[in-house]
Amino acid sequence: MNFSEVFKLSSLLCKFSPDGKYLASCVQYRLIVRDVNNLQILQLYTCLDQIQYIEWSSDSLFILCAMYKRGIVQVWSLEQPDWHCKIDEGSAGLVASCWSPDGRHILNTTEFYLRITVWSLCTKSVSYIKYPKACQNGIAFTKDGRYMALAERRDCKDFISLFVCSDWQLLRHFDTETQDLSGIEWAPNGCVLAVWDTCLEYKILLYSLDGRLLSTYSAYEWSLGIKSVAWSPSSQFLAIGSYDEKVRILNHVTWKKITEFEHPATIANPKIIVYKEMEKSPRVETESLAFPPARAQASSLFSTQSKYDISQVPVSLQYVKPVADRANPRIGIGMLAFSPDNCFLATKNDNIPNAIWIWDVQKLKLFVVLEQLYAVQLFQWDPHQPRLAICTGNSKVYLWSPAGCVSVQVPMEGDFQVLSLCWHSSGDSMALLSKDNFCMCYLEREEVK
Amino acid sequence: MGDWKTITVPALSSASKIPYQNTSEKKNRSTCGTSEKKMSPSSLNMQQVLRSPLPLSKSMHSFFSAFCTEENVEQSISYLNRELTTLGFPSLYSECKDKELNVVSVLNCMNELLVLQRKNLRAQEEVEIQHLKLGSDMDHLQNCYAKVKEQLETSRREIVGLQERDRQQQCKHRNLHQLLKNEKDEVQKLQNIIASRATQYNHDMKRKEREYNKLKERLHQLVMNKKDKKIAMDVLNYVGRVDGKRGAWRTGKTEARNEEEMYKVLLGGYEQRQKQLLVENAELKKVLQQMKKEMISLLPPQKQKPKERAEDGIGPVLSDMEEDAVELNKENMWELSCETVREQLTNSIRKQWRMLKNHVEKLDNQVSRAHSGALNGSDVISREDHELETEKLELEIQQCKEMIKTQQQLLQQQLMSPCDDDTSMLLQDCYLLEERERLQEEWKLFREQKKNFERERRSFTEAAIRLGLERKAFEEDRGAWLKQQFLSMTSDHKNSEHVKTQSAYSGSSDPDNQLMNFRSRQKKPHCLPSVPPSEELCQTIQHIPHNSNSSVVLNKTTEDSKPKQWKGLNKAETE
Repeated sequence: MNFSEVFKLSSLLCKFSPDGKYLASCVQYRLIVRDVNNLQILQLYTCLDQIQYIEWSSDSLFILCAMYKRGIVQVWSLEQPDWHCKIDEGSAGLVASCWSPDGRHILNTTEFYLRITVWSLCTKSVSYIKYPKACQNGIAFTKDGRYMALAERRDCKDFISLFVCSDWQLLRHFDTETQDLSGIEWAPNGCVLAVWDTCLEYKILLYSLDGRLLSTYSAYEWSLGIKSVAWSPSSQFLAIGSYDEKVRILNHVTWKKITEFEHPATIANPKIIVYKEMEKSPRVETESLAFPPARAQASSLFSTQSKYDISQVPVSLQYVKPVADRANPRIGIGMLAFSPDNCFLATKNDNIPNAIWIWDVQKLKLFVVLEQLYAVQLFQWDPHQPRLAICTGNSKVYLWSPAGCVSVQVPMEGDFQVLSLCWHSSGDSMALLSKDNFCMCYLEREEVK
Repeated sequence: MGDWKTITVPALSSASKIPYQNTSEKKNRSTCGTSEKKMSPSSLNMQQVLRSPLPLSKSMHSFFSAFCTEENVEQSISYLNRELTTLGFPSLYSECKDKELNVVSVLNCMNELLVLQRKNLRAQEEVEIQHLKLGSDMDHLQNCYAKVKEQLETSRREIVGLQERDRQQQCKHRNLHQLLKNEKDEVQKLQNIIASRATQYNHDMKRKEREYNKLKERLHQLVMNKKDKKIAMDVLNYVGRVDGKRGAWRTGKTEARNEEEMYKVLLGGYEQRQKQLLVENAELKKVLQQMKKEMISLLPPQKQKPKERAEDGIGPVLSDMEEDAVELNKENMWELSCETVREQLTNSIRKQWRMLKNHVEKLDNQVSRAHSGALNGSDVISREDHELETEKLELEIQQCKEMIKTQQQLLQQQLMSPCDDDTSMLLQDCYLLEERERLQEEWKLFREQKKNFERERRSFTEAAIRLGLERKAFEEDRGAWLKQQFLSMTSDHKNSEHVKTQSAYSGSSDPDNQLMNFRSRQKKPHCLPSVPPSEELCQTIQHIPHNSNSSVVLNKTTEDSKPKQWKGLNKAETE
């Protein structure tokens, strides 16, 4: 595993281009585009204000930089560095901005979710979509980029509008039986749309592409409901993580629950492997210490090594009791992700924030539990193989694969707290992001032993 | 009065355990009354049993003299007479003379009185005994009564205690029941509260949302109305579309096309899914068929028949269905996915499974019976036998192993034992001695045989030479004979047979030539015992019969003999 040197970064804005050749990063109001292999600066763009969001277009030719405070979106071209484009929402304000799948339209969500403005780079035309839903995942594109689903709310009722992305024609418009829609997501095959309700009610609705309601699923009443949803890459399974610390899997044939995964604090089944991160402090040879100590030595002296040990079942994990009277409590399944080969499902129970649970999808059983020393911030699957990268906010990055798991210290001077990471589309490298810096980590083939 | 220690009737005395020893009079009862309850000084003697009916002590005399003295004899007699007559005795006076004592009647009366006294005493005794008995019974009863009374008391107290406890439990039960009811009510109340709060919340939310929408509308209007230049896009130049084409107008056609596209995508998804499901179905059907076959094979064949017979009316029908199903399945298993086929398959599998289960259960029963020692079938081996067998086998294995070990050891010893050169040499050779001797014997045999064969071959060759010579002679004779024949024949048919004679001549000359060859080659076998000459000779000999038909029989015999000879030669040569 090789690490590159650190580069400056702000707001954790670092993205790989979809074709995998470039890496875009932001430092305050500057956008820097680097080559992925040697990290040399290819382009440098300057925006009008501090950048809050960047996104590559699907053909990797353009990057949009959104500045919400000023309400401006600036688009830069890689081919023609002189080309510029500035979209000003003015008094309407800006809350969110994203590309359309064809890479030629930009969808801006104005403040208060007043409307969504569709700006076209080809025709300089503008379209408005009224009454968008004020929720996080209100816009969803199918994987092939043909259709867009938009959540709307009119007269205290939720609606879904389906648009054809090529000409923005409204294909279907139907209402949903939700109290307060909180998210929508297309299945990877683009035929089914999952719509789920607010956390006050456990309800998930499945609509077909032509707007028919295929099925409704509700596991229980009254208690807090759905927290996170994930489709399996083959569209066979829909995993629903809820506030009762369980994940329920629905199958695509009958849309009924086939199993539920529990996340208890004690694991007693001897067939489950539990990897526990242990600290081991490095041995310090006092004779070889120089005075004053060199900087590199100093940091390595105080950094603790860690390794994974296999714990013997029964294992009891650290359980955090949530604060009872607050809204949005830290309980339930907060993160769900299927591996790209559809073999594993990684989940995180916010009640047990230090652990990651990896389930075998073929057998529908718990496979591995990773217990970290600190709370898990983010995990992401390698886009090509069943390899999971985890960061917990310390200076290490963790990798798990069915062959084993490894904890790698990021060899940087000073503090490098890995807050986020993202994989390169080829799965050969990943970017580790900290608050002010980022670095690239190149993985060798068959790295994890 | 005196101290008469007589035992009086208890009726006279008060009810007491200790019989009083009252003084009494025989004659003067009234006076006895005063002295009845008087305890004589000699009451200390009460401890002693003084139950003698006959008073014998001295004090009796004084008692006797107390009633009648010399002065009042007449009065006492008249008194006694009066008493006795009232009691039913005859009078004491004599009949004829008044105031004269009838001694006889007096004596009779006395006797009667004595008898009476004795009777009374006996009665008194009995009564006393009974009295004692009754007294003891009474004591016993009193004891029992006391005990029973105690028990009654205790049981009464217990009852009271239990009643008390029961009451307390009832109270508790009622309390708990009440609590439960309260809890249930509370739960219901809370649920109602939640429901009402939910509706309230929804209502409020809706209200707020409407307000919010109004604000949004207002804001929207403002934003739209302002139309300031700020809301604009500033682009350097147009960007081409991704696919390089121009943008198209949105028409009804495009809308229809979009709909079509959407449906195509949906259908594509469904078709794919259906394909997957079909494949899965086919696989599962295959598996089920296999399972069925295996189950059928597992079950012993004779078991199936009684089972089928047992199912009476259902049996034949099912078997028919089975046959149909089998036929159907064999023909087009994979294509059919209709209801009936599926049902048939599942039914048949269920049936087989049931049979298999019964069979297994039967086997289990058999095994368990064998365990308990009951009579077992010939195919079921009891555990003890099994264990014995295994023990025997283990012993055998052990023995064999030991034997192998010892043999190995011996072998090692043989190989490793230190010895000097001579012995080692000897030892080295000792294994081969036998073989060597055998080999030598065989060599001898071989050489002998070789000699024999050589001799035989020589004899054969000589015989062959002789035979050749004889043959030559014979041929010459034959030729001469033929000549004569032909000469005789040609004398009959002169011209037409000319050819024949020629041929005959040629035929005859050939044999001569060939015989010459034969002779010359005859010499060869002596010097060169090789195979080819013999073969050539065989061939030439065979040529001879081809030339002349009449000599076929003769040649055959020569053929037979010659090849045989040569064969023999061949054999000798090869050895």
